[in-house]
Amino acid sequence: MITVKELTKRYARNTAVDHISFEIEKGQIVGFLGPNGAGKTTTMRMLTCFLPPTAGTATVAGFDVLEEPMEVKKRIGYLPETPPLYPEMMTDEYLSFVGSLKGLRGAELKKRVAYVSERCAVMDVRNKQLGKLSKGYRQRVGLAQAIIHNPEVLILDEPTAGLDPKQINETRDLIKSLAGDHTIILSTHILPEVEQICQQVIIISKGKLVATDTVDNLQSRSRGAESVLVEVAGRNGSLDPSMVQARIAKVSGVNRIVLKDTQPTQFTFEVETQKDHFVRGDLARAIVEAGWDLNEMRSAAVSLEEIFLQLTGTQEAAPKEEAIVTGASK
Amino acid sequence: MRNVWLIWRKEMRSYFVSPIAYILLLIGALIFGFFFWALVQAYLQFGMEAQMRGEMFPINMPEEIIRKLFANVPVTGLFIIPLITMRLFAEEKRTGTIELLTTSPIRDGEVILGKWLAAVTLYSCLLVMSALDIVFLFMYSHPDWKPILVSYLGLFLQAAALLAIGTFISTLTKNQIIAGAATFCACLLMFVCGWIGEYNSDTWARVLTYISVSTHMESFTRGTLDSKDAVYYVTLIIVGLFLTARSMESLRWRS
Repeated sequence: MITVKELTKRYARNTAVDHISFEIEKGQIVGFLGPNGAGKTTTMRMLTCFLPPTAGTATVAGFDVLEEPMEVKKRIGYLPETPPLYPEMMTDEYLSFVGSLKGLRGAELKKRVAYVSERCAVMDVRNKQLGKLSKGYRQRVGLAQAIIHNPEVLILDEPTAGLDPKQINETRDLIKSLAGDHTIILSTHILPEVEQICQQVIIISKGKLVATDTVDNLQSRSRGAESVLVEVAGRNGSLDPSMVQARIAKVSGVNRIVLKDTQPTQFTFEVETQKDHFVRGDLARAIVEAGWDLNEMRSAAVSLEEIFLQLTGTQEAAPKEEAIVTGASK
Repeated sequence: MRNVWLIWRKEMRSYFVSPIAYILLLIGALIFGFFFWALVQAYLQFGMEAQMRGEMFPINMPEEIIRKLFANVPVTGLFIIPLITMRLFAEEKRTGTIELLTTSPIRDGEVILGKWLAAVTLYSCLLVMSALDIVFLFMYSHPDWKPILVSYLGLFLQAAALLAIGTFISTLTKNQIIAGAATFCACLLMFVCGWIGEYNSDTWARVLTYISVSTHMESFTRGTLDSKDAVYYVTLIIVGLFLTARSMESLRWRS
């Protein structure tokens, strides 16, 4: 549906997007992930024909963005970071205006306006001025205008930015429900969002493509080893965490131990194990044999956050944790 | 063409939903009304004095009033044109709605034409306000209506040209105030740059005189339709709209 080859956007002093290539299949929801200023918006703007690329090509639904922008524009619904609303217009009027801009007319236009208002839950503000709507409604009207002409491709730039948690969930559900009919690219810097709604993820940093894969693959690829959360308590009051750490480090297959949480009588450790080593049994035995209580043991899912930080090389920014790295040779 | 109409309708609505249009029309009506009243007063005085001296009451008086009234319309326009055009693109750039227009299947030219035509339409409404005053003259006398029409054509063309320049300036900034001030400055210069010709007859002075929008108005206010002057205004419109198109295109390369 979307093919991007060596896409580049250079400005006078910097390169916003640097030779990015990827492909997106029909019907997918793709998360476009990267820190602020990574080039997400610029890439999206090139796909929507708002900005011309400096080099490289992008085709949407088989049409090149430079050669046949009109055909591309007909097939794209776009929600920029701030919804492009005219504050003096009523919701209904605005949706009709956008619909006719996209080439709808007459009965079909009316039908689509009613349909998208229903779908995006903006029915109850149909006759309100856009300038007086709350942020959540503005975002939904923005989404409604993007899908008004039933486009094959939907490009959403940070669709949940600035919404409250309830609105974020509603918006995510809405986007998920649109997946079947449209190919969706959405940019975000919120990782759980990608985990929740996307099938594929494209990570960019400083204008360069860092990774492109399915969410599942990316999680397991980066997992490499399993992480286990262990909660240990002393039998008779006092317990020295460094003793526990030293003991756990002796268990074969353990890579790394991090003290996660400290309470007067109990500690939580995150134990990272080597690949293909199943250490839980040994771990439990070691703790119990040392005379401590094993309160809890569960596997810690690797969040995209960590993958993201690993891939974009910004680990320094993550909060420092006390870690003992034991030799991998052991 | 349908897209031009769409944009035109949207612009007209936003002029008339907000108080902009009403305030501009009110200002126009007040100023024209004042000019008209003052001119009628002055000519009545003049006519009475003539009669008291035993001369004929001047019969071409209504035409004189109209000519003087029309001479004042462009001055009013000078203030009103920037107010009409300043928001056209600056507003869309500020609120980000320009992204909606440029990512919709609609040509830049259609957006520009729709917006400029809306500005021209609003200004035409203003000209109609001045015509209300002239209707009074027709109620009490019989002035020749053909020169009046020619004058209106001239006023219309001149305003359309300045509105095209204002539209262009509005694409250059996100700030309406800057767009308005710059348009006012540009219009004023276009008005007065011909004055240099009164003291100077160098080549550059003659060029400036030719460029000035006011020198081309003279034939129209005399009631004669000179194609040279009409062509001048039409050329100015084309140049203004062409610059707007280039500027809109460059938005994509710069932003």
